[in-house]
Amino acid sequence: MTTDASTLRSMMIPDPAYEPGMKVYTMKLGMWVFLLSEVMFFTSLIGSYVILRFAHPDHFAAPGVVLNVPLTAFNTFFLICSSVTMVKAFAAIQQGDDTGLKLWLLATILIGSLFVGIQAVEYYILYHEGFVPAAADYHAAGRQGMEGGPIVGGPLYGATFYTMTGFHGAHVTIGVICLTFVLIRALRGAYTQNDHRGVELIGLYWHFVDLVWIILFTIVYLI
Amino acid sequence: MENWSWLMDGSASTFGPTIDRLYLVILIITGVVFFATQGALIWLLIKYRHRAGHKAEYIHGNTRAEVIWTVIPFVIVLGIALASRGAWAQVKDPQNIPPNSLPVHVMASQFEWDVTYPGLDGQLETGDDFTVRNRMDVPADRPTHVILEAEDVIHSFFLPDFRVKQDAVPGMVMNVWFQPTRTGEFVIGCAELCGIGHTRMRGTLTVHSAADYQAWLNEQSQP
Amino acid sequence: MATTAVTAEQHAATAQHHHEPGFIRTYVFSTDHKMIAKQFLLASLFFLLVGGLLAAGIRWQLGFPGQPMPLIGGLFSDTTAPGGIILPEFYNALVTMHGTFMIFFAIMPLLVGVWGNYLIPLQIGAPDMAFPRLNMASFWISVPAGVIMLAGFFVQGGHAGAGWTAYAPLSSEPEYSGVYMGQILWLISLTILGFSSLAGAVNYITTVINMRAPGMTWFRLPLPVWALFVTSWLVLLAIPILTGGLIMLLFDQTIGTGFFSAATDGEPLLWQHVFWYFGHPEVYILILPAMGLVSEVIANRSRKPIFGYHAMVLAIIAIAFLGWVVWGHHMFQSGMNPLLGTTFMITTIIIAVPSAIKVFNWLGTLWRGDLHFDVPMLNALSFVSMFVIGGLSGIFMASAPVDIFIHDTYYIVAHIHYVLFGGSLFGIFAAITYWFPKMFGRIFSPVLGKVHFWLTFVSYNLVFFPMHTIGLRGHMRRIYDPNQYEFLQPLQPINTFITIAAFVLIATQLIFAFAFFWSMYKGEKAPRNPWKANTLEWTAAPTPPPHLNFPGGAPVVYRGPYEYSWPGSTDDFLPQDLPPDRVSRTPIPSEPSPMSTGD
Ligand code: HEM
Ligand SMILES: [Cu+2]
Ligand SMILES: [Cu+2]
Repeated sequence: MTTDASTLRSMMIPDPAYEPGMKVYTMKLGMWVFLLSEVMFFTSLIGSYVILRFAHPDHFAAPGVVLNVPLTAFNTFFLICSSVTMVKAFAAIQQGDDTGLKLWLLATILIGSLFVGIQAVEYYILYHEGFVPAAADYHAAGRQGMEGGPIVGGPLYGATFYTMTGFHGAHVTIGVICLTFVLIRALRGAYTQNDHRGVELIGLYWHFVDLVWIILFTIVYLI
Repeated sequence: MENWSWLMDGSASTFGPTIDRLYLVILIITGVVFFATQGALIWLLIKYRHRAGHKAEYIHGNTRAEVIWTVIPFVIVLGIALASRGAWAQVKDPQNIPPNSLPVHVMASQFEWDVTYPGLDGQLETGDDFTVRNRMDVPADRPTHVILEAEDVIHSFFLPDFRVKQDAVPGMVMNVWFQPTRTGEFVIGCAELCGIGHTRMRGTLTVHSAADYQAWLNEQSQP
Repeated sequence: MATTAVTAEQHAATAQHHHEPGFIRTYVFSTDHKMIAKQFLLASLFFLLVGGLLAAGIRWQLGFPGQPMPLIGGLFSDTTAPGGIILPEFYNALVTMHGTFMIFFAIMPLLVGVWGNYLIPLQIGAPDMAFPRLNMASFWISVPAGVIMLAGFFVQGGHAGAGWTAYAPLSSEPEYSGVYMGQILWLISLTILGFSSLAGAVNYITTVINMRAPGMTWFRLPLPVWALFVTSWLVLLAIPILTGGLIMLLFDQTIGTGFFSAATDGEPLLWQHVFWYFGHPEVYILILPAMGLVSEVIANRSRKPIFGYHAMVLAIIAIAFLGWVVWGHHMFQSGMNPLLGTTFMITTIIIAVPSAIKVFNWLGTLWRGDLHFDVPMLNALSFVSMFVIGGLSGIFMASAPVDIFIHDTYYIVAHIHYVLFGGSLFGIFAAITYWFPKMFGRIFSPVLGKVHFWLTFVSYNLVFFPMHTIGLRGHMRRIYDPNQYEFLQPLQPINTFITIAAFVLIATQLIFAFAFFWSMYKGEKAPRNPWKANTLEWTAAPTPPPHLNFPGGAPVVYRGPYEYSWPGSTDDFLPQDLPPDRVSRTPIPSEPSPMSTGD
């Protein structure tokens, strides 16, 4: 025999102390796993942007020349605020403060919508300045000296900008919709101090989306 | 490598035999592995087939055997990779293009090869350049340096007898070289799916003796 | 006390108060992982058939170039095959869609969708997936993806024709390919399918981590679960990369963004990098589960513990990690920096080592075993044998200078099919025939199964082995009419031979389809544990397993899954859930073990 008796016996003993699982409830684990795949999705878009920008620096304008940095800085500030209100909402229900939960959720939804709204305005303005995603129509002329100025950047600028920020905006929009569902459920009293998993899950997602934006804002607007 | 003609057609470039030899070395190594594993498999199947009253042995593994069959394949395959480096650099590294090569420009497009010659002055992009379609004529006594570009989609410049293959990518300039070892007519093929006419995107490569090549060049350069 | 058991009991308790779900909830919009597995099984076998028919078209053109297709020739439109003679643009669509359907709609769901769903909860002792409704969504999202992909054949301009790899700019600029709508549908379909895969992956990963039965430690997991778990990580992380790429390509097509178009300074090679960064992990998604399934069958049918269980697990993990750093081997000739080529050559060749370890461990499992050559075992052994050939041909291509010659020739086609047909598909046949009694309560017909196996094994090798030879003669892949090249004309007899063998191979699969449905209704009734297996699906769950699998709660696991022929027992197998005090020299109880969660 190749295996001795003691090993055999150790194999026969169950581990009564053994508990499978991560000590995290399943929904939360699932959300973490899902967010990892989101990381890879944004990696593919951001990675492509980085490669294109390194290969063709002439397609990209210096910070603030085409994009409206102050406006978006404000917007970034709002989104960060919405993360704070989200934390507040979660903290409230942890204390069993139902009203607080509803109010802070509402605040998060409003600020999130504001972010999307401002982004829409930004898109509108940029689009009409000739900063478009379609390569054939690209003619962004730069923020200072709009009239008749030379075209700044190139079509890859518009293409990458709208793809990355657009998909981020879509994520915020989905987040707002989900938050609204959570709020409706909260209004019906679905969350208690002991069980408020839905709030925690949407919170994870919301902070993730916020984090992605901080990265995008840095590499798209500031660098 | 003439004796191997049952396997592949003999090569006609200087590095052809190097590649073929590598192929054969790998063929021998993998051939041994192939017969060893398949032979072992068949032997095991016969030896240990189910027979009445026969019981399998309770064996969980054998660390020594497992270490051996991890280390040995590792050493062998690493050896193959290291042995391949030289030939790879010789063929693909632009630094190894012989300086006395005849420069020829090849533009791949759907579905033809446009080959531009430097003319009598030996310089590309001068007034006496001339272009021929789907044929290439090169001297036997001199390496040829192909400057490869593509106009529309990706094509692949394939000289099977020369063991040459290089994708032609729009927007990029590729450097390919080869030194023929015999005169004669050879085939130029497209090895990358490039559209409806992919199958007919072929040309002829003629290797001339030095004198014949000069005569051909003079003839082509007549106004 | 494990949370799992609580949930299971709660589930079981609530289930009793539910009234019986109706037809729709049972068979169509079911949340039961076993039903979803069956749905995936039928759908992907259908797409396997579609892919096979497309291959028949390809082979007809190569075997009998320019001749009208017999029998069905009249059915084709003037833009595809007028009078039955295949046009080049239709040929390109056939090649593209054969690869697409086989990889994304047949092999991938057959491995991950079917066996991930069926086996994970049953083998780890869970009542269902962590997210049953998400699981249902996973299947139903894949349905529109399949419909859209099929619809591409009927739109103007024909279906996508840029290869399953969809190299830009051929795939992104309609003026070069003549295909607009077909390519768009291709992109949309795969994007949608990505969500299906993602939903599956999130479910599998969460389920394996959090829902194992008490005592089911990581190193007591059956190897199919390990393989599917690691594969799910690859799916989770690789698919979104593809999705990003597909979206950029879609924007190039529709909006004209020009990511991959040289005309606007985009980078055609960027698409290849994105695609293969996904694509190489993807090829391991297509083999790892089969490796796990085959390990199970080989250990069981050898009546022996799997040789080197830990090494098997580590090899799977090693392959999954290394799989992220080898993608460049698909791009050796694409014009990337030769120094990078050297790096990718070394990483690629190293990945052959864990594959080799697995092969040797399978051989080690057979050694001193007691081999039963049933249908699953035959298919599993053939997996081992064919995978060796596919792995060895990979080494030639991994040597970058050798790849110069054989890249984009039939040598590659041979490699793909030795790993994907010889490997994955034989693994799938092994799995289907092995778990058939569990799924349908009847034995897969041994006679038909053997006939199918031998005919497939022989004709399969006759089809694909000669492809090495013609590849070495320089026969490019994806060409419509090799006879255009004088130097390929002597190969026509081989091509014709391959085509005839391919028709035999395809016809043989009809035997499988027949045997499948015949056994489902007329097959011999299966005993509860026909293979005398140790794993929970056989020992702790009734056949067919009811909703929530383990009536009364999660089983308790005492040992690893491959305790066969333990000398201390009169039986040659030791179920994972058999309490130690009931083992030695006692017959196996026929009822599931009691529901205690401890001693
Ligand atoms: C022993 C390990 C393996 C090695 C060293 C290896 C190596 C390679 C290389 C170098 C290529 C690129 C060839 C070229 O295009 O010139 C390739 C292509 C391919 N391999 Fe493997 N391979 C291995 C195992 C596998 C496995 C297990 C699978 C899948 C189940 C697989 C599926 C494929 C596919 C589908 C392609 C072709 C993709 C295409 O161009 O359409 N390989 N392999
Ligand atoms: Cu071409
Ligand atoms: Cu690969």
